[in-house]
Amino acid sequence: MVQKKGGANRVSEDAEEDLARVPLQAILLADSFAQKFRPITLERPKVLLPLVNVPMIDYTLAWLESAGVEEVFVFCCAHSKQVIDYLDKSKWIGQPNFSVTTIESHNSVSAGDALRLIYEQNVIHGDFILISGDTVSNMLLTQALQEHKERRKKDSNAVMTMVIKKSKPSPSTHQSRLGTDELFMAIDPDTKQLLYYEDKADHLKGTITLDKMLLTDNSSISLHSDKQDCYIDICCPEVLSLFTDNFDYQHLRRHFVKGLLVDDIMGYKIFTHEIHSSYAARIDNFRSYDTISKDIIQRWTYPLVPDVQFFGNCATKPERQELGQSCSAQIGPFTIVGNGTTIGKDTKISNSVVGEGCTIGSNVSIEGSYIWHNVTIEDGCKLRHAIVCDGVLMKSGAVLEPGVVLSFKVVIGQQFVVPAYSKVSLLQQPTKQDSDEELEYADNSGGIVEIPSITSRSDKLNGELTSKLSETECWAASEVGTGGVGYIWSLSEGGHEEEWRHSVAPIPADKLAAVIQAMNDDLEISDGNALPPSGELKPDSISNDSDNDDVEDIRDDSVYFEKEVEATFLRAVHENVNEDHVILEVNSLRLSYNMTAADCAGALFYSLMKLALDTPHSSATELCRIAANVTTTWQKLLKYYLPSLDEEIEVILKFEEMCLESAKEFSPLFAQILHLLYDKDILQEEAILNWASEKEGADESDKVFVKQSEKFIQWLNEASEEED
Amino acid sequence: MDFQVVVLAGGTSKKLVPLVSKEVPKALLPVANRPVLSYVLELLEQSNLKDLIVVVEGEDAALRVGGWISGAYVDRLHVEVAAVPEGVGTADALRAIARHLTANDILVVSGDLVCDVPPGAVAAAHRRHDAVVTSMLCSTPVSGSSDSGSSGGKDKAKKSGRCNIIGLDPTKQFLLHIATAAEVEKDIRLQKSILRAVGQMEIRADLMDAHLYAFNRSALQAVLDQKETFQSLKQDVLPYLVRSQLRSELLLNGAQAEENGNEKVASQNNKVMPSQLLANASTPSFHELYALGADGSAPVPRKTHKCCAYIASKSKYCARLNSIQAFNDINRDVTGEASHLSGYSFSAQNNIIHPSAVLGSKTTVGPQCMLGEGSQMGDKCSVKRSVIGRHCRIGSNVKVVNSVVMNHVTIGDGCSIQGSVICSNVQLQERVVLKDCQVGAGYVVTACSECRGESLARKEKIQSQ
Repeated sequence: MVQKKGGANRVSEDAEEDLARVPLQAILLADSFAQKFRPITLERPKVLLPLVNVPMIDYTLAWLESAGVEEVFVFCCAHSKQVIDYLDKSKWIGQPNFSVTTIESHNSVSAGDALRLIYEQNVIHGDFILISGDTVSNMLLTQALQEHKERRKKDSNAVMTMVIKKSKPSPSTHQSRLGTDELFMAIDPDTKQLLYYEDKADHLKGTITLDKMLLTDNSSISLHSDKQDCYIDICCPEVLSLFTDNFDYQHLRRHFVKGLLVDDIMGYKIFTHEIHSSYAARIDNFRSYDTISKDIIQRWTYPLVPDVQFFGNCATKPERQELGQSCSAQIGPFTIVGNGTTIGKDTKISNSVVGEGCTIGSNVSIEGSYIWHNVTIEDGCKLRHAIVCDGVLMKSGAVLEPGVVLSFKVVIGQQFVVPAYSKVSLLQQPTKQDSDEELEYADNSGGIVEIPSITSRSDKLNGELTSKLSETECWAASEVGTGGVGYIWSLSEGGHEEEWRHSVAPIPADKLAAVIQAMNDDLEISDGNALPPSGELKPDSISNDSDNDDVEDIRDDSVYFEKEVEATFLRAVHENVNEDHVILEVNSLRLSYNMTAADCAGALFYSLMKLALDTPHSSATELCRIAANVTTTWQKLLKYYLPSLDEEIEVILKFEEMCLESAKEFSPLFAQILHLLYDKDILQEEAILNWASEKEGADESDKVFVKQSEKFIQWLNEASEEED
Repeated sequence: MDFQVVVLAGGTSKKLVPLVSKEVPKALLPVANRPVLSYVLELLEQSNLKDLIVVVEGEDAALRVGGWISGAYVDRLHVEVAAVPEGVGTADALRAIARHLTANDILVVSGDLVCDVPPGAVAAAHRRHDAVVTSMLCSTPVSGSSDSGSSGGKDKAKKSGRCNIIGLDPTKQFLLHIATAAEVEKDIRLQKSILRAVGQMEIRADLMDAHLYAFNRSALQAVLDQKETFQSLKQDVLPYLVRSQLRSELLLNGAQAEENGNEKVASQNNKVMPSQLLANASTPSFHELYALGADGSAPVPRKTHKCCAYIASKSKYCARLNSIQAFNDINRDVTGEASHLSGYSFSAQNNIIHPSAVLGSKTTVGPQCMLGEGSQMGDKCSVKRSVIGRHCRIGSNVKVVNSVVMNHVTIGDGCSIQGSVICSNVQLQERVVLKDCQVGAGYVVTACSECRGESLARKEKIQSQ
């Protein structure tokens, strides 16, 4: 701890020199805006959940203090009262060189909202550390800060430095040991600039797509799948204003980082700093909770380990506590038992954490589990890879199968076996409508929407616990055994399959085998797409599903666009609307559908021809005459959208398509109408000649109309040669 | 070394018209007054690779190339010349000569390669990793190194087209991705499965595929047999092998073990061992790790094969004569910065003037120039950074800058030639001015013509009359 302090002082000295005494600030988000720890987080904010018997936020604050941060703004949202109360009582308030200020919000639903609010408060004056309150780290910030500041001096667009660490995800489950999804990053090996960031990757998609432009700027890029994002960011104040300017940014990574990388906003750049020997990890889900707990017990996070008193909280010892613990109890390695806990005889505990004030009976077997404070476990219970929250009562002989989560004050009935991966809570699962509403931002939104109801419910629960208990008891009994209290949450649909991925329990062998099998199949499928049987490496033939989707989307769009333009045009015909108005309307359509002038020209031409076709006619010659009339009438309008050759060619292509598909009646008239358009000066001869030469290499079937207009084209060719 | 070498010497490439003709196929185009093919052959000879098959497109061209080789290398190399029809792809060319291939590994070299990277090193890397294919990669020549500004600009413009997008593992030994930059339209697509297995991939755009490959023969033949549509080694076969390296469709290990009489590496049931030993690595490569699955949990070892890369050091020279621009550049480089390749010893003035050449008074031949046997120059001529072939007759007051003049060329008084290529038997009458032109064999440029950036050649019709 002493040498850590030394490092901290050095940081502040540097800061003094560089930035005329701007204290190093940090924003700590005490809300993860996620729901992965439900149902526990319905009653207590995630940052206050005990991690090896110490609330997570204490780890984060302790690290910030040791890293030389002087001012921390804790942003509280969900259960903000609890966080503020906790901090007020903690020793963090009133430290001499370390100030902790809370910022409370009730309506933020994302990290983006939080940063916008902080921007409005105008409290950040220099570079700051952005961190979430569930991060455990012991890295020294000195070097990263130094790098960040030097980069800033050279390039004011380097707005953020992201801390990353090597961590190879499992090749079979595609997730890291922290249970997070695999992450693909492209980094410039020389400057360490982040060029590409893809988490939440689509497993079915077998390829990564990088923009070729990246390679024109950098002759070498390294692409990583073996790095883990530590969610520790060193940011410039501009980051906050960027969030304000782009009010749709919600998620730090998915929106902000991708936004900067893909949209290239103002040339802002993100850089990475890789740490090698120090520790940094974020508790994202139950699996990372398990992994990080083990890392803490195994002292990877030194000095943030149980037997070092790194802040006001009492230090616990991994050695067996002689408090009321009978001699025959066996406590295995890598186990922490809190103060005031009594353990009965012949009880075996291994690889587990037991909190303070727990009462554990005899003949209990606890393996790989996390038991929080004041839990009572009666004789003969069996727990494997479970999380048991405060105040839970497990009656004798109850069994928790791997992956079970028991939320606060749940009572499990005698001899009851809680099935694997169940989540049990005194609170009922929020109804579907609720969750749909809040899932608007994928799964990054917080539990804010139903906060009022939950808090009131839990307040009520705390207040009139007894009456509530008696209410629930009668029918909860069937769910968690006789005498049990609590609801077993049904797993969300689709989530059922994935439950094992993020649970504290190790991945069962059968799942693993299934996943490997699935992966092999996927590989065949996805690669099969990527590899055409002929093996010719043409860029367009390496398309994959999502690409086709994109294409379809575009096609859908253009179909709608065409219909809209046609409707507009028909209205103009029937209501005698001025041409200028039609142009205005089509332009607005063009903008809303994000179409090009060529699309407009194509769609308008389509509408014209459709109109001609829909006008009653008896013979082909008559149709041709009608078409000529229509074209003459609307010549000006059409011409407006034909500023260059490209659009004219588009019109010809459109016409061709029509003749083949929607308006076959025109097909014998193709050459005639082409000639007509030429005569009316709608199409220039270059457009027609270009079209003809483009078609030269096409299939025979594609050339039908070129053949038909051969004479005309020949005539044009000769004419142009004569001119020469 | 039990390597068989296939030199793909091409035929009369359309890109090189008018430099090439029926009489002069691509392989015999002069680079510093020696056929370009001789550079490859001597490079191979230096690595003690003497068992060669030279594949030429077209019977006539094959006869000419064969004639030249038997004259020049009769007692030095064991060369077979095979003719394949014109216009076939490189893969088809190999199919055509498949029955002649017997060695375990095949080295395939493009006949237009001018470089000083020892092919033996590539072959050794190939053997060390027991790879299916090893490709030689060279750093692209840094544009602008040549002092003439205009051609420097051209280099740059060409650079993107010539380069490949190449994915390498962190040790830079394995090839994980390959695509031609010109073919990649907008996005680079990379296979996640390979990236996952390796963890980290370095993507480079500054490397050039030198068209020198070492193939495992049985693998190569399996691919050629199975994939009948594959036409090009570079565009079809190599990318296919790279893409499928983690789920190999080649029945390699078994077939190889049977055939490799001399290479019977002890235990066949422990397939990982031999290559691991050869790779002298304490840690197995990602291929082996992947084959065994996570913690050896894969039910059946997956079939994998290795694709390696040999990256030549930056100081090495490597270029391919595949365009007129390249022809100019290579001729300039071989007499200039890469002069060790030419095999000649340069004079104190850093040029080579054949003793039988005759120079008039006040005629200067600058450094990095070459004047062939029996050529004559009149008075007050100036030659800079150019190659002049044998038995040329050059008048007075002639300027030749940055150009290549082949054999038996007659140049009249007062001509000025810049950045041009003059093929054999051309006649330039008085005061012709050529800039960035190519003049095909036997053409006559009339007096006082001025040409810029043109390609002058006799039309076929005239030839037949």
